[in-house]
Amino acid sequence: MEYIAKILIMAVSSIFINNFVLSRFLGLCPYLGVSKKLDSAFGMGMAVIFVMAIASAFTWLINAYLLIPTGLEYLQTIAFILTIAALVQFVEMFIQKSAPALYKSLGVYLPLITTNCAVLGVAVININDHLNFLDSILNGFFGGVGFTLVLLMMAGIRERLEKAEVPKSMQGMPIALIIAGCMALAFLGFAGLKLG
Amino acid sequence: MNTILIPALLIGGLAAVFGIILAYASKKFFVEVDPKIDEIVSILPSANCGGCAFPGCAGYADAIVQNGAAVNLCAPGGEEVAKKIAAIMGVSLTPKERDIAVIHCQSGGYNNTAFKFEYKGINSCRSAATIAGGPNQCIWGCVFQYDCVKACQFDALHITEDGMKVVNEDNCTGCGACVKACPRSLIELVPISKRVHILCSSRDKGPIAKKSCGNNTACIACGLCVKNCPTQAITIVNNLAIIDYSKCINCGICASVCPTKAIEDRMLPRKEAFIHEDQCIGCTICAKKCPVQAISGELKHPHKVDPKLCVGCEVCVKACPKNAIEMVEKGSTVALAKEN
Repeated sequence: MEYIAKILIMAVSSIFINNFVLSRFLGLCPYLGVSKKLDSAFGMGMAVIFVMAIASAFTWLINAYLLIPTGLEYLQTIAFILTIAALVQFVEMFIQKSAPALYKSLGVYLPLITTNCAVLGVAVININDHLNFLDSILNGFFGGVGFTLVLLMMAGIRERLEKAEVPKSMQGMPIALIIAGCMALAFLGFAGLKLG
Repeated sequence: MNTILIPALLIGGLAAVFGIILAYASKKFFVEVDPKIDEIVSILPSANCGGCAFPGCAGYADAIVQNGAAVNLCAPGGEEVAKKIAAIMGVSLTPKERDIAVIHCQSGGYNNTAFKFEYKGINSCRSAATIAGGPNQCIWGCVFQYDCVKACQFDALHITEDGMKVVNEDNCTGCGACVKACPRSLIELVPISKRVHILCSSRDKGPIAKKSCGNNTACIACGLCVKNCPTQAITIVNNLAIIDYSKCINCGICASVCPTKAIEDRMLPRKEAFIHEDQCIGCTICAKKCPVQAISGELKHPHKVDPKLCVGCEVCVKACPKNAIEMVEKGSTVALAKEN
């Protein structure tokens, strides 16, 4: 029971309070780039959840069994980038062969997130917060869910924005950035939540 | 020394291991993609307009190779692309004539629209047309918020000074994006060789249609065009005349008899046919094809065109096996006949 409560707290804190996009400002590129259509935003979100979860697992293993024993923690960043890039490549190939249907819905987005800083961010945060293996995976998973939530909200707003009359100088990226700012302000409200 | 060597070895080793795994995986998990798909994708125009009804150019290429979709569905690419795809797929190509968009409404500008109220809302036809039956009196006509112009990817729709929309026939690829964008279904794709169009979509009864049209060019369903059409290509359905383009021969008679000028003749100014007697072998094909019986003559004797009857449809020019018929300026046939 205690463990379930812990998981729930972790979910709320990484989805809302420490949202990767709106309070940690990681993964802004896909947040603004792939949020024009709800369909593609959903595909991207699913791919990010998937990659963040497995990247958390693998980087934790690399850190615990390679970097710490050799005392090379300062190589974290470069080692993690290497691991994530190779992992995503491998997963892409694997899915293409074994699950073509899944590849069709996720495939295009997988290479895009190879070097996404939200993915690298979750790996580094896991280590800095001294999370254990299972918690790291959960943190990655919920971080991805938070990213997807915000991405879908943004896509929903931008789809409505298409119909609105926006002043010419504000059309496109400027108005999207302002909306991103407003959403970040709104998410700031979660910062006051006290859990556990 | 070790402080450099160990990290270098570790990262290098890690990279090497990953490299080997990936190299192995790329062989092990290699998925064979038909090289034809890549070839076709590189030929298609990559506009991803969806005119072929497949999801994007890659989706179309996939459908051609996997499911045997037709090779001539790419409207922007036209005949040239269809030919190249046919060559890759090894199929013979039945050429498809280019379609262009025709807007079946002559109203819908600042000066020639009768308004019910002023519309100040979301800048979109779809929205304007749904509010209280639209801002203009004609509930069938153009509400000119220019959804069609916005939908066009090929710069083929332009707005004139009066706020009217004009289709640039050279740029139009017949992809059908504007057809889908128009909430009142005013736009239709028509083969480019067809030059006579009914530019009204009002299904209202005659008097109402005429009153609500700001341009006074509504179809009032009088039936004159139906009676005068030599090929029975026009029918009146729900108070609106409609041309069956598979039967239309471009004679333009309907346009000349229409009392409200709802029918546009794009072949104006029309010329008249002239038969060069030295080339004519008297095969009578032209006389049989002429929709208005303007050509007369006996078998194996040179034929003549009656300039009073000729409507300038150019049907005989295309029919003549000896290319003996030429289109000349109106009234010049008499002089030419004397020369001969």
